[in-house]
Amino acid sequence: MSYQSMEEVYERCEKDGISFWKAIQLGDASERGVTEEDSWERMKGMWQAMQDSLDAYDPELMSRSRLVGKEGGQMDHYLEQNDPLCGTYMAKVMANALKMGCNNACMKRIVAAPTAGACGVLPAVLVTYYREYDVPEEKMIEAMYVAAGVGQVIANRAFLAGASGGCQAEIGSGSGMAAAAITHVRGGSKEQLGHACAMALKNLMGLVCDPVGGLVEVPCVKRNVGGAVNAMAAADMALAGIESQIPVDEVMDAMREVGVKMDVSLRETGLGGVAGTQRAKEVVEALDM
Amino acid sequence: MASIFDILGPVMVGPSSSHTAGAARIGLIARQLFGRQPDKAQVYLHGSFAATGKGHGTDKALIAGLLGMKPDDMRIPESFEIAKEMGMEFQIAEKDIREAHPNTAQIIMEAEGVKTMKIQAYSIGGGRIRVSKLDGIDVHFSGESNTLIVRNVDQPGRITEVAAALSKCDINIATMQVFRDKRGGFAVMVVETDQVVSKEAIENLEKKEGIIKVTFLDVSGMV
Repeated sequence: MSYQSMEEVYERCEKDGISFWKAIQLGDASERGVTEEDSWERMKGMWQAMQDSLDAYDPELMSRSRLVGKEGGQMDHYLEQNDPLCGTYMAKVMANALKMGCNNACMKRIVAAPTAGACGVLPAVLVTYYREYDVPEEKMIEAMYVAAGVGQVIANRAFLAGASGGCQAEIGSGSGMAAAAITHVRGGSKEQLGHACAMALKNLMGLVCDPVGGLVEVPCVKRNVGGAVNAMAAADMALAGIESQIPVDEVMDAMREVGVKMDVSLRETGLGGVAGTQRAKEVVEALDM
Repeated sequence: MASIFDILGPVMVGPSSSHTAGAARIGLIARQLFGRQPDKAQVYLHGSFAATGKGHGTDKALIAGLLGMKPDDMRIPESFEIAKEMGMEFQIAEKDIREAHPNTAQIIMEAEGVKTMKIQAYSIGGGRIRVSKLDGIDVHFSGESNTLIVRNVDQPGRITEVAAALSKCDINIATMQVFRDKRGGFAVMVVETDQVVSKEAIENLEKKEGIIKVTFLDVSGMV
C-alpha cells in the first residue's frame, strides 16, 4: 500500500506496535507482492549503489557543458587544508553533496533520491554519517526506508518533479527525506522524524527550479549542499525537542499549493530565476546547444 | 501509484531521470518491440528533448537503449562509438511533432528482412515512459508490465480470438486496449498480461487470419 499521509503511517505503527521504517517496508512488500526479505535486499542494493556512486567521483571530470565537475574536489582540498566555518564534519557533508551532484552532471551512475537533480542530499547526510560514526549498516538501511516512505507521502500529497512544483519538490523533498532519515538514525521518535521533515520542507518552501540552459548543473549541484545542510539543521532541531507548529502533512499540502501557484518560468523551463539572468544567457550562447 | 523504489531510484546514469534515464528506456523499449537491434535508426527529438537534449545526453541515451543498454549502463556516454562498433547506423534530428508531449522522441528502425517500425514515445519523469504511437496508430502503454502487441486487420472476431488464445495458455489479462487507424483498416491491440506469453503462443497467434504481426514485451529482465 502507498501511504497518503504521515498520520496514516503513525496510526499503522501504533496499531501494529512497529516502528516507522517497518511500516514502510511492510507497505512495500504488500504493494509489490514480495517478501520483507526481498524488499530489504533491494533497499540494501540502493544503499550500496549510493556509496559506490560517491566513491566513483572523479575531480578531473567536467560536465558536457564544462560548467561543473571539480567542486567536490575543491571542497575536499579546502577541508583538508583549512578549518571550515561549519566544522570538519559539515564540510564533509557538503563535499559529498557536491560530489554526487557533479557525478550526476557528468553522466556517471547515481541513485535518484527522489530525483537525479537532488541525488546528492540523501547520500551526503547518510553516507557521511555512516563513515564517521560507528553505526551498524542495518540502521542505515532502516533510514533509507524512512526516507523512501516520507518521499512517497510527499509524492502522494504534492510532487517530486521540478517541472511540476519547482525545486522545493526536488531539493526540498530530498532535504525533508534526509532530515527524517537521519533523525531516525540518531534515535528520534516517529513524531520527531516527522517534525524534522516538516521543518526541512518549510525552510525550502518556494524554492524555484531555474536551471541555466535547462541543464541539471547550475544551480542544481550547489543546491544539493543547501538541501543537505538544511536537513542536518532540521534533524538537530527535532532531536532537541523543537517541534513544527504546523503538522507535517499540512506542510506538504502547503508545498503543493505553492508549487501550483509558481509561474511556469520558474518550473524547469530554463527561463526564469538564475536561468533568466544576463550571464546565464551568455553561457547558453557560448554552449552552442 | 509510485512504489518506494520510484522514490529512491532508479539507479541510473545522470544527469536527468526524464531526459537521460527515460530516453534510454525509450530506446530499449523500441528495440524490444522491434525484436532485434536495428541496422539503421532515425531518431527525432521534439520539444524539451530537442531544446536541452544534447546537454542531458538524451541523444546518447536513446542510442544506448537501441543498443540494448539499460538506464544504469555506464557505457551510455560512449554509445555513439559503441553503435559504430556494433554496426548500427543512426541519425538524430530535431522535429516539431504536433500536439506531442514536450519530452517526445520518434524512432524509425530498419533491418534487413524485417518490416520497418516507427515508434513515438515520451518521458514522464522518474525514468518512466509512455509509448504514444506505433506505426502511425495512437496507442498508450508504459512498458512497465508484460505487454502483448497484436497488429491486425480491423474486422469482427479478432479480439475474441486473441483473448481465447491467451486464456487457453492460462494467461491473465491485466489491461486491454484497442486502437485503429480507420474502420476496417489497420488495428492494434495492446494487452498487458500478468504472465509471460510463450514464443509458441505468439507464433500460433501470428498464423491466424487477419493478424498481421504479434510482438511481446517481456519486462522480467528490464527492471
